[in-house]
Amino acid sequence: MNFSLGRRILLTLAAPVVALVFSVAMSSIVLLISGSNPVAAFGDMMSHASRLETMVDILNRATPLYIAGVAVAIGFRMNLFNIGVDGQYLLAALVAAHLGAMVNLPGVLRIVWILVVAMAVGAAYSGFAGVLKVTRGINEVISTIMLNAIAISGIVAYLVREWQAGGEILSGSASRVGTTPIPESGLIPDLNSVLEFFTREVGQGKELTGMLVIAILVGLGYHILVNRTRFGFDLRASGINPFAAQVGGVPAKRMVVSAMVLSGAVAGLVGMAEINQVGFFPANPIRGLGFTGIAVALLGRNHPAGIILAALIFAFLDISSGVLQFTGAASREIVVIMQGVIILAAVVAYEVARRARERQEARSAAEALGDIKPLEAA
Amino acid sequence: MAQAIELIGITKRFPGVVANDSVNLSVEEGEIHAICGENGAGKSTLMKILYGMQQPDAGTMKVDGREVRFTSPSQAIDAGIGMVHQHFMLADQLTVLENVILGAEPTKAFGRIDFEEARSHLKQVGEAYGLTIDPDDLVEELEVGERQRVEIIKVLYRGAKILILDEPTAVLVPQEVEELFRNMRGLKNDGATLLFIDHKLDEVLAIADTITVLRDGKTVATVKPDEVTAHDLAELMVGSELPTPETTESTVTDVVALEVDSLLVVDLEDRVLVDDVSFRIRRGEVVGIAGVEGNGQAELVDAVLGTRPVKSGKISLMGEEITLIPVRERREKGIGYIPQDRHREGLLLPAPLWENAALGHQTQEPFTSGPFIDRDGAKSRTEHIRQEFDVRTPNVEVAAHALSGGNQQKLIVGREMTAGPVVLLAAHPTRGIDVGAQAEVWDDIKAARALGMATLLISADLDELIGLSDTIVVMLRGKLVATVDPATVSPRDLGAYMTGAKQESA
Repeated sequence: MNFSLGRRILLTLAAPVVALVFSVAMSSIVLLISGSNPVAAFGDMMSHASRLETMVDILNRATPLYIAGVAVAIGFRMNLFNIGVDGQYLLAALVAAHLGAMVNLPGVLRIVWILVVAMAVGAAYSGFAGVLKVTRGINEVISTIMLNAIAISGIVAYLVREWQAGGEILSGSASRVGTTPIPESGLIPDLNSVLEFFTREVGQGKELTGMLVIAILVGLGYHILVNRTRFGFDLRASGINPFAAQVGGVPAKRMVVSAMVLSGAVAGLVGMAEINQVGFFPANPIRGLGFTGIAVALLGRNHPAGIILAALIFAFLDISSGVLQFTGAASREIVVIMQGVIILAAVVAYEVARRARERQEARSAAEALGDIKPLEAA
Repeated sequence: MAQAIELIGITKRFPGVVANDSVNLSVEEGEIHAICGENGAGKSTLMKILYGMQQPDAGTMKVDGREVRFTSPSQAIDAGIGMVHQHFMLADQLTVLENVILGAEPTKAFGRIDFEEARSHLKQVGEAYGLTIDPDDLVEELEVGERQRVEIIKVLYRGAKILILDEPTAVLVPQEVEELFRNMRGLKNDGATLLFIDHKLDEVLAIADTITVLRDGKTVATVKPDEVTAHDLAELMVGSELPTPETTESTVTDVVALEVDSLLVVDLEDRVLVDDVSFRIRRGEVVGIAGVEGNGQAELVDAVLGTRPVKSGKISLMGEEITLIPVRERREKGIGYIPQDRHREGLLLPAPLWENAALGHQTQEPFTSGPFIDRDGAKSRTEHIRQEFDVRTPNVEVAAHALSGGNQQKLIVGREMTAGPVVLLAAHPTRGIDVGAQAEVWDDIKAARALGMATLLISADLDELIGLSDTIVVMLRGKLVATVDPATVSPRDLGAYMTGAKQESA
């Protein structure tokens, strides 16, 4: 390597770090203006986050965010914008929870069955947007937004009533309304025993979600698929230069549908963390994970490891800000500002870093050959 | 007469290419001035500089005798220069009037658009220049020629006295061309100065008062139409040095590698692009297609490659029909492709060289093993291409955008050649690269031809065409109009066939 690997890695890491620092600075200014003490507020968040139980909460939130981030990133890799992850995972989780409870299968088979149903429903719903794009020329941004509305306020709202179990179900300490509960043997077991092997006993009835393992597998699968397979090559080529990909034999339409199907299949897993935690599809499930997933994919640069960091940052902000309500150091809404600023700053910082890297590469390539060429257009 | 535009020593460089090299241009007030030259000669860059879309690296520009420096088109518009783009920039769902005032709306109190004022101004402009069009027609209902007239009116409405028309006839049918020329003469009589880009020589001779020819970014001549013939212009455009036809012995065999039979290709509006074309290329043969750009050569190549649908006719590779199979299968069966625009169709610029070397061959050895990309195989193949084809790069991990144009082209040629294609489709394989790299690419094609590769060569460079081809066919308005022997034809005659000035005696 003529240009040092170290400098390259530094450039890659510099951008998100700068974005993070910038957003902390901006939020501090906002906190100061609103009469709060930023040092106290961030201090409260940090000390809260250093507790084992909070860490479990953060990981439990980061897990679905990571899966959602990967789902969005698959689309991004070929310039497809899957905004429909929300609708896809809610519909998938509902159908999977219902069919998981209805079809009687022994232990592990039921777990697999539920995951497969969720992926199939997500894939089909997202694939529909892909088919609309290649056959009718409908932009996937428009169609997935529309399909979100149809799924969430239409199909899910209707089916959750149709499939509602009689009475209220006891879940943990609260009783909630939802679909028929899945037997305990059909749920992915929690990872508390693994965690406790390393640390102490996890208190407050917190459970580290078993979906964490699935999320790691999804990440590995995403990395291998995109960076190591022919399909991934076709996907990336189409994203970088669709014309060159086409003359290189990549079937453009089939790639659009495949990418949407894959993205949807992964999206189908997003809601599984909640299903496995509560044991059924609740009438008021967690929403918006798909939209946060877009931000996570952006911050993580569509990179399998980058998305992990991004998911952890977003989960940390979401969970640890809860403590602000109790300590009163600041309003917890400050994290919404932080999340927004991070994304804006990251987009700018990544672009600056990309240009710097391109200049550096061109210069080192030219230096290596002893001819200096002007660089005005990329 | 006064000079409307004077350009002195305009130079514009892009990485690896000099688009304009000390170009001088002087346009008199009230004349129709044509800029001729092959694609890549620097015409468009020059017009973009004049219109403020790009800034020159060196040189001076004068408009009406005053020295100017434009950093944006709005400054050019203020100086009275207007541009009619080749691709219309009109909003289909708006009316003619709305389109004309778009971006220059006269307003009355509270920012409301003053349509009365706009309408009367449009009427004045139309009457002053003799251009009529109903201001209330929806643009989507207009014919192509009428849309172009809207574009021209749009420019005049903004007060332009100097109009730049970028290949205005490219999108028109012959009757519309006549109408356009009538309008252009009308504009001239009403005091406008017109500068237009064209490479259809008969049209240029019919309408222009003065013709400036560009070649390789330089002004080679400024002539009057009555002093020259289409032949002379063609020679000026392609360079008058007579080529030395290669006297390498023929490697043509009896085996037909590519057969195209009665091929018909149309665009979305059913306009015929490739009209009943038939030809054969045998193993070891190079068939060159001569033609002024835009006469269907690019579409013919697209159809053979499979990126453009065929309306009727048949394409066969080694006796096997491939008319309807997808691009990937065609490439796997041995069709290689050197695209005319390497950035658009040939490369993944931000991706490393070894991934670029795999592009188009990612389903074949040594780039693949099962469903996976064979990274080591791909890298060692790329290393091989780098050495064999002299691609100047520190290593195969650098991104393609870091290489100079010539090295990018050598990578593409190497990628296609090492795959051992049965048929190579080479579209302008040496366009925009330096002389050294050019000679290497020629040698590569000759070597592969000797090994039995069949080549379909398209080039605007007549030296290249005559030097490499075993047979030359001439394409004009989508048809093959002549077959000539490169050993005996002169560039002058070839130019005459290309412009339709000379026809094959049946």
